Amino acid sequence: MKLFKNAKSAFLMASPYLAWAVIFIVVPLAMVIYYGVTDASGAFTFDNIARISESGYFKALCRSIALAFISTVICFLLAYPLGMILASMKLTRNTYLVTLFILPMWMNFLLRTLTWMTLLEGKGVINTVLEFLHLPTINIINTSGAIVLGMVYNFLPFMILPIYNSLSRIDDNVINAARDLGADSVQTFLRITLPLSVPGIISGITMVFIPALTTFAISTMLGGSKILLIGNIIEQQFTLVYDWHLGSGLSIVLMIFILLNMIIESISDKEGGIF
Amino acid sequence: MGKSLITLEHISKSYDGQLILDDLNLDIHENSFVTLLGPSGCGKTTTLRIIGGFEKPDQGRVVFDGQDITSLAPNKRQLNTVFQKYALFTHMSIEENIAFGLKIKNKPDSYIKDKIRYALKLVNLEGFEKRMPDSLSGGQQQRIAIARAIVNEPKVLLLDEPLGALDLKMRQDMQYELKRLKEELGITFIYVTHDQEEALTMSDHIVVMNQGYIQQEGSPETIYNEPENAFVADFIGDSNIIRATMVRDELVDILGTKFACVDKGFGENKPVDVVIRPEDVELVAPSEGTISGVVTDLTFKGVHYEMDVEACGYEWLVHSTRLSEVGTKVGIKVDPFNIQIMNVPVSEDEEAISETI
Ligand SMILES: Nc1ncnc2c1ncn2[C@@H]1O[C@H](COP(=O)(O)OP(=O)(O)OP(=O)(O)O)[C@@H](O)[C@H]1O
Ligand SMILES: [Mg+2]
Repeated sequence: MKLFKNAKSAFLMASPYLAWAVIFIVVPLAMVIYYGVTDASGAFTFDNIARISESGYFKALCRSIALAFISTVICFLLAYPLGMILASMKLTRNTYLVTLFILPMWMNFLLRTLTWMTLLEGKGVINTVLEFLHLPTINIINTSGAIVLGMVYNFLPFMILPIYNSLSRIDDNVINAARDLGADSVQTFLRITLPLSVPGIISGITMVFIPALTTFAISTMLGGSKILLIGNIIEQQFTLVYDWHLGSGLSIVLMIFILLNMIIESISDKEGGIF
Repeated sequence: MGKSLITLEHISKSYDGQLILDDLNLDIHENSFVTLLGPSGCGKTTTLRIIGGFEKPDQGRVVFDGQDITSLAPNKRQLNTVFQKYALFTHMSIEENIAFGLKIKNKPDSYIKDKIRYALKLVNLEGFEKRMPDSLSGGQQQRIAIARAIVNEPKVLLLDEPLGALDLKMRQDMQYELKRLKEELGITFIYVTHDQEEALTMSDHIVVMNQGYIQQEGSPETIYNEPENAFVADFIGDSNIIRATMVRDELVDILGTKFACVDKGFGENKPVDVVIRPEDVELVAPSEGTISGVVTDLTFKGVHYEMDVEACGYEWLVHSTRLSEVGTKVGIKVDPFNIQIMNVPVSEDEEAISETI
């Protein structure tokens, strides 16, 4: 009786969130899947999904994966040392510093990316300054490099935060214990610090790789219309071509990739680290 | 006792402008069991951390076997530590935790295996090889921390309240095991505790600390029987500590009555503290006592009775196997040998006062 009452009140408490989840997650997802596996006449088909093998789409997918991967690696290489520095600082000073790194996140994402556009443009801020100094100008806008730059800039905080969190949670005495047992600082890092921060690394990777894989805003602004990512192609299906079926089909492919990514990560997390 | 192995010379340490250790000097002899004893926050862990190399003193030197090791990295020091909060590696099994130091030193697998088995047997946790630290109770984790340190056969083992999380029975067993282990390994133990009984039963040498100062050091007997000041007397166990006046050598005025004692050299008519252990207060017939009073409280303690006796305006704490009911008039007698005279502790402001006088 008591249990039932509790279960009932628990359900009541959760109902607003359930409603929210149904309206904004389940329904759109169901619609994507419905459109993905039907054609214009409403008949069931796998064609939309299979069309990923068409060379244009397939190339865009590969390019997306490659750029997202490169951005994630760069983010990791930048964020890990930074996280270590932040975690080793005294508490009062580091909250201030962490905020400093998080600050860009409070600015609108599109605005930030747009800023890079005006900075990098052929006659943009950076080149104007370089010209003024009689230095060779750079031509990076509308290249893959610019897209990676945009991704790293936008998603770096999402890598720093979880890594910093997991590093700062390591007890100093655990590090001391390793040193005490004869490990030098490199051994201590490889055997203690790094493995203990794996959960942070994994959530950092997830939080950078997935948005980088699906973005279309960054590639639109910094890649011009020359470099299409899978995100751009899907976007075009909805906003230009009005082929919702193909757009949904390609989205499903992307979702499968994200799911795979998350499964691999959760397995390596459970096994106590990939190192 | 062997030769001096570790010497702390004029060690000072402050955190955020607060002085934690002030000009600490300590000599630790080879093969001794030295206990740092003191209340929470008195700087015991800080002292151990300086010996272990996790903290650099602001001033002073740490000498190990004749060599200055003040700036030597912890991994280069021939000692191991059992940390106060265990500090086990949570991502490694018990087996891997214990093997850590040996693997770093590239010991052969068979040797490591033997050592793990030996250490787990020693701490009474056989069969725990594959468990993860998080799945162990606090007491079990503490014992693993001990096992992890001793397999490395250090010259010196630093133990920071290693039995703090254990229940009384386990604690007593482990006290015994640790003492045995020390004999077996023939190494030096530097042991931290705030439990005076533990310090008295286990150590060869006790260092009583308070507020970053060494109050007294010596054998357990000396510390117990001849405390040098009221802090030590009080910390080492229940006691009657009374402000008194040294009339002359071998005569002390306690609460207005003159008692014979055996101490000399405190001067004449000088304020002193006397400490009389509760078991040294003899209750006799009122007419036979040096002073007389009334029993005001009685508690049965198992081995003895604990009584409060109101006499000369002081509540005397008395332990006796003979019972005197509440309300009984009794006489109090103390053997001159059992009256311990101590200098009045110099706190900084008192020192300042006596200097200006
Ligand atoms: N890293 C630190 N930063 C600032 N203050 C510290 C630090 N470590 C210790 N202290 C302070 O130094 C004093 C002594 O600490 P310590 O850990 O040596 O005490 P302890 O004698 O081991 O006490 P306990 O019995 O509670 O373990 C305490 O007042 C503590 O607050
Ligand atoms: Mg301590």
